[in-house]
Amino acid sequence: MALKAVIGLEMHCELKSNSKVFSSSKNSYEKDANVNISAIDLAFPGVLPVLNKECVRKSLMMSIALNCSLPEYIYFDRKNYYYPDLPKGYQITQSHDPVGVDGEVIIECNKEERKIKIHDIHLEEDTASLDHVFDSSFIDYNRAGVPLLELVTEPCIYSADEAVAFLEHIKRIYQYCDISDADSKKGQIRCDVNVSMMEEDAKELGTRVEVKNINSFSSVYDAIVYEINRQSELINSGRGDEIVQETRRFDEESGTTKRMRSKEDAIDYKYFVEPNIPKYKVSKEWVEEISSCIPELPLDRKKRYIKEYGLSDYDANIIIKEKDYADYFEKCISLGMDAKESANWIIVNILAYINKLDIGINDLFITPEKLKVIIDAKKKGAISSKQAKEIFVKVIEDKKDPIEYIKDNSQISDKEELIKIIDDILLKSESQIEAYKAGRSNLFDYFVGQVMKNTRGKANPVMTKEILNEKLNG
Amino acid sequence: MEYMNKNIVEIHEALKTGKVSVKNLINESLLKSREVQEKCNAFVSILNDAKEVNITDNLLSGIPYGIKDNYSTKGILTTGSSNTLKDYVPFFNATVIDKLNECGAIGVNKTALDEFGMGGTGLSAHTGYIRNPWDAERMCAGSSSGSAAAVSSGVYPYALGSDTGDSIRKPAAYCGIVGYKPTYGMISRFGLFAYASSLDHCGVLTRCVDDAAIVVDAIKGKDSKDMTSWDSSNINLFKNINNEISNKKLCYIKEICDISFYPNPTDELRKHLSKFNEVIEKVKELGFEVVEESINQNLLNALPAVYDVISYAEATSNLSNLTGIIFGPRGEGNNINEIMKDYRTKGFSSLIKRRFVIGSYVLQKENQEKYFVNAQRVRRLLVNEWKKIFETYSAVILPVSSGPAKYIDKSKNIISEGTKVLEEHLQIGDFGGFPSITIPSGYVDNLPVGINITCDIFNDELVLQIAKKIEGKLGLKNIIAGEVR
Repeated sequence: MALKAVIGLEMHCELKSNSKVFSSSKNSYEKDANVNISAIDLAFPGVLPVLNKECVRKSLMMSIALNCSLPEYIYFDRKNYYYPDLPKGYQITQSHDPVGVDGEVIIECNKEERKIKIHDIHLEEDTASLDHVFDSSFIDYNRAGVPLLELVTEPCIYSADEAVAFLEHIKRIYQYCDISDADSKKGQIRCDVNVSMMEEDAKELGTRVEVKNINSFSSVYDAIVYEINRQSELINSGRGDEIVQETRRFDEESGTTKRMRSKEDAIDYKYFVEPNIPKYKVSKEWVEEISSCIPELPLDRKKRYIKEYGLSDYDANIIIKEKDYADYFEKCISLGMDAKESANWIIVNILAYINKLDIGINDLFITPEKLKVIIDAKKKGAISSKQAKEIFVKVIEDKKDPIEYIKDNSQISDKEELIKIIDDILLKSESQIEAYKAGRSNLFDYFVGQVMKNTRGKANPVMTKEILNEKLNG
Repeated sequence: MEYMNKNIVEIHEALKTGKVSVKNLINESLLKSREVQEKCNAFVSILNDAKEVNITDNLLSGIPYGIKDNYSTKGILTTGSSNTLKDYVPFFNATVIDKLNECGAIGVNKTALDEFGMGGTGLSAHTGYIRNPWDAERMCAGSSSGSAAAVSSGVYPYALGSDTGDSIRKPAAYCGIVGYKPTYGMISRFGLFAYASSLDHCGVLTRCVDDAAIVVDAIKGKDSKDMTSWDSSNINLFKNINNEISNKKLCYIKEICDISFYPNPTDELRKHLSKFNEVIEKVKELGFEVVEESINQNLLNALPAVYDVISYAEATSNLSNLTGIIFGPRGEGNNINEIMKDYRTKGFSSLIKRRFVIGSYVLQKENQEKYFVNAQRVRRLLVNEWKKIFETYSAVILPVSSGPAKYIDKSKNIISEGTKVLEEHLQIGDFGGFPSITIPSGYVDNLPVGINITCDIFNDELVLQIAKKIEGKLGLKNIIAGEVR
């Protein structure tokens, strides 16, 4: 029988903010353990949470960007459970009235558009991180209280490709809106995946298996593929009843999923409204103000680049990969540069260079304005394509204005070219060479003068002297 | 010459005019502390190294006071009267403590309480029973038991308390003093050990209404560390306490005050309620109109259960930070769950554990709607009922408890049938966050009893103005406990 997979995703993403969501401790990624901590993060007796408004603002922004319905009031709930990474014994989260519900977002997967429905998106605090070494466990509270947005999709994703395309899309929105750096290398994104299998034309979903705490998109992909295969094999061999509602974890080394707990062991989190944070009204004006700060989102930009500037789908995809790339590109356009040529420069030269150095495009010394100088010079024929690329590198390395190199390049600095010119001159100057070698050393200047005369002063004097020296004294 | 039995203004005058030094006050207060510790077991710690300060124009400067041991005090042992925190020394002050420090007030001891404010008897502190200074065989009620015992014994003019059900206002009545908890959020709760956050109030125990006003003026105010606190800078309790208030209507609740609602009343209950009626007559003589009101008895009867469900549920969550991992003595065990379990099993008294079990039960998914959510609904109904009263009346005036302080030995207490609501009705003040004050109203069998006055939220000036008038009329203020036995 034909089976299809039905997938739902939960994506946790740490927000960018100066301080944590309920305390004034710094929210930043640190190598040293327990440096961004306070009495509140460690839940000492008597402390109270103080809500960070900037985090609420960013959550609402994401909620708006995903076309969610917004709540009338912002308030929070306690999710109660004991775990050493949870200092209060409860997590402050949103269960009754999340910051967004019933959203939807259009994504592109394998060049086709798909609509993914968002069940809800809610603001909560992250837990501490645990490190297990031999028989000891170490707790780092830097992460405790870091603002976290959890996004939950409806079960409306049907393949691993789609799941990853969705996650990439959401990650980009986070970055475009400057809500999060969404850097999975820093553990800022973590995913849970729900997978169930059903017959192609069945009406009811199959038994749902949850795979928790997946740290990269490639692992999400692998986990989904593994679960689809595992469950399909069970069903196809008549052992479908062995699929039970349970929570599993993904083992990166073996690429398999392993059982953590069954549904019977599910924790009752005893949610109730957090009494220490008064309800906060979400005003119409505030929502309008936040909406006005949402930039044009990546997929919209991509479509525009293809339509207005004639970029290829491939090029447009690369340009929108990061907002900074797209902004750089648009700055080039606004300076009157050719769109395709700009895109080409960004993709071929700039991205290669910044990836090699592992820096951002905005850290690059060559701004769109400087790039324009180089490209314009090339267009006028003042420099060759090859020279343009050389100047590009030199400008970055020497941190100098490109105009300086372009002036230099009106000289003849090509060694081979100069050798050719010098050889021609020396061939016609037999007597002078003899005299020079006989001791009239001041004749050296005569040869230099001849080269300058022949090149109308364009020969690079330093190189000219070097070559002459080699030829006459070598 | 003793000073610690005087009121704040008198002591301040004595300090200003040089009749007494700060050092003498500290010594007197510490000496009394040791006496009261001997007799009542009222303290977790006595701060023998309390430091002198310069006297300023601030009324509280240089004057000793007591700190309930659920207020976080930097560098000073703070236990919440629990074994779970028996050696815990905080590294930060409660906002209230910071404010009193700025005033130059001098904390001289940490007063014992029912473990984390739960109990209402003064019998569940990890340091043992707290005894009533009027009669050591009797309890102070709780949970601000040590504070009440100390203030009524003349250790100092005031002590901090906290009030989740009636933890300031009932001990005040049992000890013959004043207990005031302002509107919810008027005083920051930052640094107060949480019991039930939606009900927890900071407040004060004093021997006169003026002193309650002076102290709360000093410790109230919006605090960036407590989101439920609010700006009360336009409220001046002491300055306005003698303002003329005329044409005020008060009411009492028939179902609580009328002896006919109790099938077999004890002699004590009869005396207590007839005492209350005498007080009402005197209040009328002040020019107040006092009217009997009626409230649905089923609704009233739900009150204690509503309190239990909500406060136990919040408590079980609030005290989940006590695991012995970050602070508190580390438990023993082979894994983290065993370690936490061992610490909590050994650390908490049985009363608290019972409350945790009930609190967890009412929050469980399958029970939450039936118990916790319903309790919140009934809480709202009760509060609305009082709000309705406040549309017509300035204040509700009611007797506190069913009589004077009860015996510590339960078997000696003869309790009248049907007095549960009479015992517990002060909880409504916490349900609604209403400003509420208890003042002494006389004696039953030579033991003090009290009345309670409660107004609508934000009417803190009014509740104190009314209390001050009645206090003057009854002539019961600055009472120092006199041993009856």
